[in-house]
Amino acid sequence: MITENDIEHIAELADIGISKDEVPEFTIQFNAILEYFAVLDTVEGEGVPDAGPTNVFREDEPRPSLPQEAVLANAGSTEDGFIKAPRVM
Amino acid sequence: MAGTLNFAPDDRYNAFITTCREAPFGDGALAGVAVAVKDNISTAGIQTTCGSRILEGYIPPYDAHVVELLRGAGAAIVGKTNMDEFGMGSTTETSAFGPTRNPVDRERVPGGSSGGSAAAVAAGLVPMALGTDTGGSIRCPAAFCGIVGLKPTYGRVSRYGLIAYATSLEQIGPMARTVEDVSRLMSVIARYDPRDSTMLDRPYDHQPSADITGLRVGVPEEYFGEGVDERVARTVRDAIGVLEDLGASPVQVSIPGMRYALAAYYVISTGEASSNLARFDGVRYGPAVDTRKTWHEAYRELRHANLGAEVRRRIMLGTFALSAGYAGRYYTKAQVARGNIRQDFERAFRDVDVIAGPTMPTVAFRFGEKNDPLSLYLADILTAPANLAGIPAISVPCGRVEGLPVGLQVMGRRFEDERVIDAAYAYEQEVRA
Repeated sequence: MITENDIEHIAELADIGISKDEVPEFTIQFNAILEYFAVLDTVEGEGVPDAGPTNVFREDEPRPSLPQEAVLANAGSTEDGFIKAPRVM
Repeated sequence: MAGTLNFAPDDRYNAFITTCREAPFGDGALAGVAVAVKDNISTAGIQTTCGSRILEGYIPPYDAHVVELLRGAGAAIVGKTNMDEFGMGSTTETSAFGPTRNPVDRERVPGGSSGGSAAAVAAGLVPMALGTDTGGSIRCPAAFCGIVGLKPTYGRVSRYGLIAYATSLEQIGPMARTVEDVSRLMSVIARYDPRDSTMLDRPYDHQPSADITGLRVGVPEEYFGEGVDERVARTVRDAIGVLEDLGASPVQVSIPGMRYALAAYYVISTGEASSNLARFDGVRYGPAVDTRKTWHEAYRELRHANLGAEVRRRIMLGTFALSAGYAGRYYTKAQVARGNIRQDFERAFRDVDVIAGPTMPTVAFRFGEKNDPLSLYLADILTAPANLAGIPAISVPCGRVEGLPVGLQVMGRRFEDERVIDAAYAYEQEVRA
């Protein structure tokens, strides 16, 4: 069972804001979904977990890229050709 | 440039988020053909939102590979179509720009997440459109709106410039009113691009053929079982009967891993989404983040205000399924289940050439009919297996139930998109004749 505290913790891990009145609703929905996911407990593997697509390496060759102003055009906050982000410390 | 197409549609179904009133076009295989593009595919100079407030006003500085190819073939890109926010839905109701309506019945959803592309085609606003399919997002709206849609083999169409939701599952694909047009659009977009490292150089150059004599058609019992509307099942069995009349032979097959498919699909897709959508923080694009606040606080506020509930729910589910202590129970198991399903299909394809069944378990729902997330997730049960296995799958209209369209789904071996096109073409030519 997932509790309301768990939901608040997961939202925090994911940097997703969640409002107080959403917490009970998300908790109920999560528990219903996880109950359905429990079918995975009975999966028996014929082999190793599917590795998915494998890497195909190429030479690292510099190629033309976008001009600086095009890269900055959609940023909300820039300064001297750099993108500004919130403070980390 | 060969000319300009004036495009001023009566968009009464809210199929478009952005329209291009004067769309330039060139020479080539699609010279002057109006093509609509789903709004999660980057178009240089044209707003691309993914159906989300968090990308409102975002103007991509470059074209997706498929868009370069469309422009190169002379197509006129006339607009960007509505979609469930970031592709997360089967109804187009989660779009931040309002729901799209189904042209067949305005009170019903068009399906999703490529609901805008399907509605634009079904309403006759454009002859063809691009969609994307992560767990059924091309085939579901194609079935619900009564058009044709192909999810290509994983690795056949470049994902460069597709704004990612679940990287290991999704493909861009063609949607149109006829199989022939789907095939035509597929020949333009299936061209090798080294910028998508999961792509193989297997271009599509094919003229559909209606000769399916001797084709072995697998009919999996799991596609006609619990949860599938009996009238839909009967309509699809009749369609398989038509293929039989044309010289195909039906063979009973089984995909036992199906019972795990949906759970595996949702664990993997939300896990990948939780990572892919971390980039939407208002720093490089989107509404400006408050740089005076601390990192977590600023991101949390911005993402809460600009991402819808379903997107936040899926990011949280994925974060949870990948978190320490739970990854073994969910993510690892989902990968095992995915491997099993892939093997089930490979085994079946030793005895048959294609596999056929319904695209969706029901016809299009009414707006608001499915209001809890899990019941909506269950609607993907017949489409998600093809994404897990990476195989091609097409939906072609095969009749109606209570006046609403039903889709026949045909799946094939990897890189045998041509064969599923031919089976769908043979069916379509026969019933239209």
